[in-house]
Amino acid sequence: MYQFNYKKVETIQEAVNELTANPDSKILAGGMTLIPTMKQRLASPEKLIDIRNIEELNFIREESNNIIIGSTTNHFTVSSSDLIKEKIPSLSMLAEGIGDPHVRNMGTIGGAISNNDPTADYPAACLGLGAKIKTSKRELMADEFFISLFETALDEDEIVVSISFPIIKDSFYMKFPNPASRYAMAGVFISKNETDIRVAVTGASENGVFRWSEMEESLSNNWSKSSVENIKLSPEGIMSDIHGSSEYRANLANIMAIRAFEGINE
Amino acid sequence: MSLVELEINGNKVSHDVEERQLLVHFIRDDLSLTGTHVGCDTSQCGACVVHVDGKAVKSCSMLAVQANNSKITTIEGLADGENLHPVQEAFRENHGLQCGFCTPGMIMAAVDIINRNSILNEKTVREELEGNLCRCTGYQNIVKSILAASEKM
Ligand SMILES: Cc1cc2nc3c(=O)[nH]c(=O)nc-3n(C[C@H](O)[C@H](O)[C@H](O)COP(=O)(O)OP(=O)(O)OC[C@H]3O[C@@H](n4cnc5c(N)ncnc54)[C@H](O)[C@@H]3O)c2cc1C
Ligand code: FES
Ligand code: FES
Repeated sequence: MYQFNYKKVETIQEAVNELTANPDSKILAGGMTLIPTMKQRLASPEKLIDIRNIEELNFIREESNNIIIGSTTNHFTVSSSDLIKEKIPSLSMLAEGIGDPHVRNMGTIGGAISNNDPTADYPAACLGLGAKIKTSKRELMADEFFISLFETALDEDEIVVSISFPIIKDSFYMKFPNPASRYAMAGVFISKNETDIRVAVTGASENGVFRWSEMEESLSNNWSKSSVENIKLSPEGIMSDIHGSSEYRANLANIMAIRAFEGINE
Repeated sequence: MSLVELEINGNKVSHDVEERQLLVHFIRDDLSLTGTHVGCDTSQCGACVVHVDGKAVKSCSMLAVQANNSKITTIEGLADGENLHPVQEAFRENHGLQCGFCTPGMIMAAVDIINRNSILNEKTVREELEGNLCRCTGYQNIVKSILAASEKM
């Protein structure tokens, strides 16, 4: 790895000050993406600002029909939280399906969404539940936050503080995990409340996570399995690599959508 | 350089390290605890698993400076003198290793799995071993060893 500087910070303000003072610095949370990337020399920040010890970022609480999760909360903590199991079971299942136990002990929800890997799981839950993302500067809806492949609306000197998920019991996430890494080859998150049906797809598009509007429309017209089966995802703009062709992934997204739908209705 | 002070297998150590030094290299090269292995460059094999503050982590994907002020247990810290830890004993009894390269990580992962799950079955053990690769055994006897150890712990 290249030589770099390192600073552990204790408060959000301190983290923001460091980012502002050091334009070539990067936030270090769980490090489960950043450190492997630096080992491969795909990233070479001059300074790492370690936020894992900021206590005000590590929490899970319920507030006016939302579950709010602090950005440095790790995947294990989310998957084992009794509150989340009770209120949004689909979210705890999603967290349990990330990588492996060792990765879940370090990797954080804030890191996962800031990174916006096109095959990551949490972005699908954020879009699929209509989450609100609080940063050190503002509040953003998930629909505004995820821009494209590894790209978010975050400014250089802005950090994710917490993510607020509306409590929607009727929700389910189903992914086909890559057998080696467990990242999604295709993953579909569906949620349904009185007013809204949302369908988010990860692992598939060349532009990262997206809302599948044709599927949302079809299900809004008629909440039935045939409404899911009738909508096909076009392979155009779908990723193609050694793990699977675009046709394969597009078809997989359909199958994951059917299973997610069945998951809600079970 | 940064000063790192931590407790490893019950011993307090303090060392100046380069910020870029990975925890696994700190453990192997600076502290000469070579039981912890490096098996890959992609954070996938789990040969490097140690416990930091009681949680199993991949020490190849963590910086030594991140572990400042923590308590670490490596494979060397499991046995009680001449007496093997129940998981080590079970791996020996059940032929849970062949070349032994993955074994330190497997055993550290296994201790963590058993600590977290009061009831264990084969399916859970196999799922929980997602982050540990073995090129020799085909996992059969590793799973058997962990199930046997869980009955004794
Ligand atoms: C073997 C392995 C398997 C994995 N499998 C999966 C999987 O199945 N599904 C999945 O979704 N993910 C998977 N991951 C990724 C894992 O979930 C990561 O933990 C996550 O993507 C990044 O979180 P982190 O806390 O480790 O972030 P870091 O690696 O510390 O940071 C990632 C990026 O986000 C930035 N960042 C971090 N926190 C913040 C913040 N609060 N505000 C602003 N920017 C921030 C950093 O600067 C960096 O650019 C896997 C990783 C590994 C190593
Ligand atoms: S050396 Fe392979 S996961 Fe750490
Ligand atoms: S015993 Fe040889 S790699 Fe597992």
